[in-house]
Amino acid sequence: MEKRLLHITVNNETHELYVEPKRLLVEVLRDELGLTGTKRGCNTGACSACTVLLNGLPVKSCSVLAMQADGTEITTVEGLADGGKLSPIQRSFLDHGAYQCGFCTSGMLMSATALLKESPKPAKEQIIEAIHGNICRCTGYNSIIRAIKAVAEGKYKEEE
Amino acid sequence: MKKYTVINTPVHNIDGIAKITGRAEYAFDIQLPHMLHGKILRSSYPHAKILNINTRKAEGLSGVKAVVTGKETLGVKQGIWRRFKELCDEEILARSKVRYIGEPVAAVAAVDEDTAEEALDLIEVEYEPLPGVFEPLEAIKEGAPQLHDHAERNINVTRHIEWGDVDEGFKEADHIREDWFRCSSQHHVCMETHNAVASYSLDKKLTVWTSTQSHYYIQVLLSWVLGLRENDIRVISRYTGGGFGSKFELDSAQFCSSLLSMKLFRPVKITLTREEEFMATKRRTPMFYYLRTGVKKDGTFIAKEGRVFTEGGAYTSMGATALYLTGFFQAFPYVWPSYRYDGYRVYTNTAPTSAMRGFGAPQATFCAETQIDLIANDLGIDPVEIRRKNAMYPGYEVPGQATIQSCGLTQCLDKIEDWIQSRGKLPPNRGIGIAAYGFMSGGIFNWFDTPYAFSSAVIQINIDGKVDLYVGSQDMGQGSNTTMTMICAEELGVRVEDIRLHMGDTENCPVDLGAWGSRETLMQGNAVKMAAAKAKQQIIEYAAAKLSPNIVYDLDIKDQWIHLIARPERGLSYFDVVKEAIRGKGGQPIIARGHYTPHRKGMISPAYSFGVQAVEAEVDPDTGKITLKNCVTAHDCGQVINPIGVEGQLEGAMAMAAGYGFTEDLPMDEGKILNPNLVDYKVLRATEMPETKVIEVETYEPEGPFGAKEAGEGLTNPTAGALSNAVFHAAGVSIKNLPITPEKVLEALREKKKKKSK
Repeated sequence: MEKRLLHITVNNETHELYVEPKRLLVEVLRDELGLTGTKRGCNTGACSACTVLLNGLPVKSCSVLAMQADGTEITTVEGLADGGKLSPIQRSFLDHGAYQCGFCTSGMLMSATALLKESPKPAKEQIIEAIHGNICRCTGYNSIIRAIKAVAEGKYKEEE
Repeated sequence: MKKYTVINTPVHNIDGIAKITGRAEYAFDIQLPHMLHGKILRSSYPHAKILNINTRKAEGLSGVKAVVTGKETLGVKQGIWRRFKELCDEEILARSKVRYIGEPVAAVAAVDEDTAEEALDLIEVEYEPLPGVFEPLEAIKEGAPQLHDHAERNINVTRHIEWGDVDEGFKEADHIREDWFRCSSQHHVCMETHNAVASYSLDKKLTVWTSTQSHYYIQVLLSWVLGLRENDIRVISRYTGGGFGSKFELDSAQFCSSLLSMKLFRPVKITLTREEEFMATKRRTPMFYYLRTGVKKDGTFIAKEGRVFTEGGAYTSMGATALYLTGFFQAFPYVWPSYRYDGYRVYTNTAPTSAMRGFGAPQATFCAETQIDLIANDLGIDPVEIRRKNAMYPGYEVPGQATIQSCGLTQCLDKIEDWIQSRGKLPPNRGIGIAAYGFMSGGIFNWFDTPYAFSSAVIQINIDGKVDLYVGSQDMGQGSNTTMTMICAEELGVRVEDIRLHMGDTENCPVDLGAWGSRETLMQGNAVKMAAAKAKQQIIEYAAAKLSPNIVYDLDIKDQWIHLIARPERGLSYFDVVKEAIRGKGGQPIIARGHYTPHRKGMISPAYSFGVQAVEAEVDPDTGKITLKNCVTAHDCGQVINPIGVEGQLEGAMAMAAGYGFTEDLPMDEGKILNPNLVDYKVLRATEMPETKVIEVETYEPEGPFGAKEAGEGLTNPTAGALSNAVFHAAGVSIKNLPITPEKVLEALREKKKKKSK
């Protein structure tokens, strides 16, 4: 299959690379760009472990062809801690123990980041709605909900 | 000075930063130069003879580097119960017969996954289908199709436990109940599917990166099936994306990637798809339970008889342990003057069943606790009261089986009773159900036949005071890395940031049997504590020489300060003394070892956790839909080590156990799992979680490090039972068949209505 040229900005870095049209966004991120923080849990869009931000909106990168992301800006978990500083949601996850094995954590953080950008003070129902597609087999979700709520309540500011 | 400076303080998971920044490197993420990708061909028959496998076409496909079948293996029938030959029955790559849908028959290595997948279609396997048998109660019948030549009537393992005079007990009983229960299967659903990268080199050494709960077990089992020397195999498992019991047996990814790599001298990676994960890795054991129970009018337990038939699937795996533990925990956590248990594990043409969080105890607890509420209802006794009357207590001996040392069960019952009372009168269609439970803190059994101590630890203290702690325990998300770091820091008298932990690598970590059966806190924890105590002693000797106190004074180290216990202000800096001690040792770092193996601690475990859980649920009488409202757990795990960790374990276990109770199931048709994906297999989502509350009841366990014991696995035991009792109290129907689905609730409500109208 003939490869096509993909222009993509990932975590504020621009990339140009040739990819097969059938390649998924998650494959390009992980296998071509080495950004293995984004995980694959099912490949069928059912677990959301592969969630990244595409132009600021959460998408499951196993359900997006890489070429569909041509010309877009992607944020992965590696892009959350900026300039050596953890983002508020990351610090809150640490304090609340909102992860255990860590395999769903990247996707969970991206869903939470998208929510807080869209709606900085979400109600609990909105938080649950925002992560209801993300499967976590370890925590039982409540610590994750508490962590997101704490950021929404202003307990974690951006570090100066 | 405070009793503890580290223990029972909320400590961030030491792997936290790696996990929340995406830097944690799982075996799933490993990419090596020159690496190939493997795929596994699996049987589509539940039971068939393999007449021939033709791999020529597949080998001819461009990009394919090698194909292996069972014929090229040593043909070892392996298993984790190494002491018992007849229980080692699984070849992993079947040579002459397949016994379940999904059983591996060949594996391919190619330049990429797509090519390997394509090659699978080109492998021609000639099967002779055989009649299959899928239910244990069918498979045990005379004349049923037989899976293994050695197992007549497909009986794989039997277990018998007995104490007291059961027959006499039933004669004395005022009330006897008999019930049948069916406990369903459940899949672990680790978010990281099974995977391995194997790399065999020309110097005949094999390195395997894999997602596992025990790198030691995988090293030993690979050595056996591949014919390599144990320590020419290095197993590396730094991060494991969930385990829950599914990752301490040798799996097809590990075995096939190793075979292919040994053939090609190149790294080979195999990652199971989610569908393979469901169809062909192990799962919770389904059980058919018969319980006959006799009690006095006042609710005093007199006699109990349990008989269980478990669906073994095609191979033994860890099922023999589940069969024993379900029998033992059937009588938990109560005082039974007489008890008799007979368990039969039966081979069936289904995916093998094995260990899963709770290990036979969730099934036992569901049946036992559901029946106790029915008995309480028969006699008009309060559910809390009947449990309190019969609760285990500190010092109780389970005849011939175990001695209970610490036990906070009665306090847990008190706390839960308070909570229930605080709820007042419930709205209609709501009910609160409770279940009491207990669990082991690591198993005593050694069917694996390890000649090593069950747990070992090594400590090296460097010139800057940094402590290298080497452990064999495996962190799969439960937080044992942090627990071990905290235990080391407390015992040595330093801070968490002074410790650098080394784990997940057979090359430089001492042996530990791995993360299963709730072993790590107590067993690995005791080994770490011993190593730390020995290292501390060496430092204290130097400090004593320097401080020259009156000989009657003892020294200790707390928070980096070496001091006289009686006069804490008189002391020296830990860092200064370490520097001088190393100089004094001719430049050698301070090194100490610790180890732990249980001796004379009964048949099961050195210590037991206890607890009581209350589930408040609402049942919609029109649809049968169950909604969880509240889940409160009073829990005795001895001394809490890390409150963040314990809370996470309790909530997480509850979510998994609630799934077992009412949403998760593996329906099959002639051995074929019908829902091998995350859409049709319903794990709990955030929307279904109730409010959760944890009440710690602290006790001191003499056998545990700082008094600690199990926290996390046992919590999987109560929820299904508490939920079934909640449904009973909300809707007046008792569902004895897991999972408790809306269909079953509606059916039971209809039956109830029918009976009433008669």
